[in-house]
Amino acid sequence: MKNTLRQVFHSPKFVIGFVIFAALLLTTIIYPIIVTADPLEMVGNGNFFKPGTYVSVKDSVEGTRYTLNVDVKAGSLDSKISAEDKESMKEWLTKFGGVAEADINLEDTEGLIALWEANYSEDADQPGLTASRKKYFVRLNKNIDGVLLDSDVIIAQKDPETGELVESATIGSKEFVNTKDVANKKTFILGTDNFGRDVLTELVDATKTSLRVGLIAGIIATLIGLFLGLISGYMGGVVDDLIMFITNMFTVIPSFVLLILISYSVGQNARGVNLVGIIIGLTSWTWTTRSVRSQVISLRNRDHVNLSKLSGHSMMRIVLTDILPYLASYVVMAFILQISSGILSEAQLSMLGLGPSTSNAATLGLMMNWATAYAAPLNGSWWAYFPVVVTIALIAFSLNLMNTGLDQVFNPQLRD
Amino acid sequence: MSEKRAQCLTGKGVTKVFGLGDKKTVAVDHVDFDFREGEIISIVGESGSGKTTLSKMLLGLISVSEGEVMFQGKPRDISTNQKKKEYWKGIQAIFQDPFSSYNTFNKIDSVLLDCINMRGGKSLPYDQKFEMMREACSFVNLEFKELTNKYPFELSGGQMQRLMIARIFLLKPKILLADEPTSMIDACSRATILDMLLKLRDEINMTIIFITHDIGLAYYISDSVYIMEHGKFVEHGKAEDVILHPKATYTQRLINDVPKIYEEWDLSTV
Repeated sequence: MKNTLRQVFHSPKFVIGFVIFAALLLTTIIYPIIVTADPLEMVGNGNFFKPGTYVSVKDSVEGTRYTLNVDVKAGSLDSKISAEDKESMKEWLTKFGGVAEADINLEDTEGLIALWEANYSEDADQPGLTASRKKYFVRLNKNIDGVLLDSDVIIAQKDPETGELVESATIGSKEFVNTKDVANKKTFILGTDNFGRDVLTELVDATKTSLRVGLIAGIIATLIGLFLGLISGYMGGVVDDLIMFITNMFTVIPSFVLLILISYSVGQNARGVNLVGIIIGLTSWTWTTRSVRSQVISLRNRDHVNLSKLSGHSMMRIVLTDILPYLASYVVMAFILQISSGILSEAQLSMLGLGPSTSNAATLGLMMNWATAYAAPLNGSWWAYFPVVVTIALIAFSLNLMNTGLDQVFNPQLRD
Repeated sequence: MSEKRAQCLTGKGVTKVFGLGDKKTVAVDHVDFDFREGEIISIVGESGSGKTTLSKMLLGLISVSEGEVMFQGKPRDISTNQKKKEYWKGIQAIFQDPFSSYNTFNKIDSVLLDCINMRGGKSLPYDQKFEMMREACSFVNLEFKELTNKYPFELSGGQMQRLMIARIFLLKPKILLADEPTSMIDACSRATILDMLLKLRDEINMTIIFITHDIGLAYYISDSVYIMEHGKFVEHGKAEDVILHPKATYTQRLINDVPKIYEEWDLSTV
């Protein structure tokens, strides 16, 4: 036993898989201790806020201001005019503005704007451009004008008696605040989702829930598969025929279709996290049954089983002590695969809107479902779905790697 | 001499058929036998002749397709688990491969304790059980103190096979079915093990059914010999009669196949 464990932890594949999985698992345990906020709290008032640190505008305005003699123009120009806009400007200038391509340097935003100001005209002859494209250039021009306007921002307060605006402060373009002075700020490492929830916190919570679904599904599928496989393989005869008939029936009907039908018939309100795990477990045991059965058939004719029979042991005892221990490594491997496929099944099911329907838990599949439903892939909010995809991939990858590593330890023929 | 002894295990038309229809294989084909108490009977045949299938039928591990087996003069009844358990008190076995005969997850103690429990010694105090195990081990020249809390795979093949005999010593069955117990053992251990089997036979007046492909060995230890070819007994009788004056061509071939020291081996008959 000790030796086997040592061998297992000497398999690089298993160790890599184990480390990734342990890291994910530990994160789901430790992160909620550090960040105690409710993972489903709707912090952002709006959809899909970009990842980054959000500082309170009011605090920034009211806080101490420092004047820094730095060039702020280039920075704000760069942030306000996108690379795509620059390409378009270059295209317009070379086609209709009569500027040579060699004179345009996209790195030098100020130079490009100067060229633009000098050459762009709304009324210029622009053959081959659609009306909408023409309008786009008009809008771009206005935008550039706005950026170039370098006047101070005036802060005004309403006089409570007269209702007039009284100027209280002006903010020049070279005035800065120290972020440490800003009392209210919030960092969203992975932005917010469509409900305004912090994606990172939600992701950690969802990973935990998905692992639970996987674990429940894995345990149920492995137990059913093991039980039926042992009985079917050891007893043989009519019992074997009957169990294999049922197993084959379940194998022939695609388990995912079955999963959808059961999930649907259970009903939207009854479908909790645990129930989805149970349903997935109930539809994915066939593979374990078949493989355990074939292993048992090859084991039941071994001499040590015959000896045990001759020693007068009951069938129960033979199955538990003479067959099950020889299957243990195999069952552990099957269990690991079942967890992984359980998590994937949950994600698939949730993507179809048939996953856990509770509003008090997030799962990886539900996060994907929400991101798709609110068109995150279309509006470029990658943070709402990409980290979820990566997490699902990492879980499946690490579990499969552990499985392969175990396979190589227990099956010497596969060793490199 | 054998006629005077009591009937122990007899069979009439015992047959085992595997498969159905076109794929039918007759492993054991209507064999009759009459094993007497206290005898050593050898069943000799080459690989695939049905020796092991017959031995499993005799043990009751697989069912008999046709024919009848009589145990101590009465028809054998192993229809229920309880009756099987009772039958196995009378017949025990040693298998060919000592390395696969033990459950690698069980300690040696539990192997021997099972035998004591089977003989109805479940309620005995541990001291007494320990004494029985020690005695059984010393019978086969093993030191129980060194074996306790060890696993079978920590022993050598010869030691494992001797432990098997210790098991039989504790169980004291009427019949011992030894299915090529020495074929996986080196020549020195082989003699020791055969010696122990003979000693055990004398001690508890046990019938030994010795299954082997080694006709020389059969001649050396047995009282009577059954020669098996393609599931049938082609010849049987007293060991001296069968081996020194073989009638069946198959028996002659088997005898010729034994390599002899200082003599050229005639490979043309193989």
